[in-house]
Amino acid sequence: MRHTVSMFVVLSLIWLLNSGFFTGLHLSLGLLSVVLVVWVAYRMDVVDHESAPVHLTLRLPSYYAWLMKELVLSNIDVTKRIWLGKKSISPSMAVLPLSQRTDMGRVIYANSITLTPGTVAIDLNSDTVVVHSLTAGGIEDLRSGEMDRRVSRLEKQK
Amino acid sequence: MDTVVNIVSGACLLLGSFLIFSGGLGLLRFPDFYTRMHAAGITETLATGLILLGLMLLAGWGIVLAKLMMILLFILITSPTASHALAKSAQHGKLAPQLAEPEDQRSR
Repeated sequence: MRHTVSMFVVLSLIWLLNSGFFTGLHLSLGLLSVVLVVWVAYRMDVVDHESAPVHLTLRLPSYYAWLMKELVLSNIDVTKRIWLGKKSISPSMAVLPLSQRTDMGRVIYANSITLTPGTVAIDLNSDTVVVHSLTAGGIEDLRSGEMDRRVSRLEKQK
Repeated sequence: MDTVVNIVSGACLLLGSFLIFSGGLGLLRFPDFYTRMHAAGITETLATGLILLGLMLLAGWGIVLAKLMMILLFILITSPTASHALAKSAQHGKLAPQLAEPEDQRSR
């Protein structure tokens, strides 16, 4: 139930922000589309903790803040290496362990790896992730496990 | 106040453009598919982020700001998904990356 409500609220917000018209006709058409989408999603049985991750709402902002910091740092690093040229990079590939127990956690971790320039998650399994990195240092940073720990902390909540 | 916002916004746009240019340069300079993908990663994260931030500063409080924020959020979610799909299909197509050291063999 709480997933359905959350999906309804999120969809309504997206509709309102994209529409910008607050007249009776527009609002009722919007309500109609939102209700239709929620009903179809409900019929398809996809309204769950994955399509409406209510449990993440409170923890996500602080993780995003940390991720943004990492994003800026790794962007500067990769930009530097682009201008320094081919000699400054040392492409590496490695299989790294991951400690998340839910699919959601694994996907957040793999997506975070890919989002930070310089590292890309190539393959994702239940307890490992294959990573290609622009530098050997990128692999070492991931191996130290700070991102892994932070994502695991995200999912630890019932 | 207006001039300050304009200058900061201009700086963001300029820096974003520089990063996009760098991304393109990296695309040409780097040796193989996987490393080129890292260069493209710059254009889709900080570069787009800065350009959108520059536009947000100009937009002021309103619906346009909200839309720009939504664009940023969606880019941050979809672009790694696309990168991952590219990398994965490259690997499935048996495209071997050029590595500095011999690969960690546990993956195969």
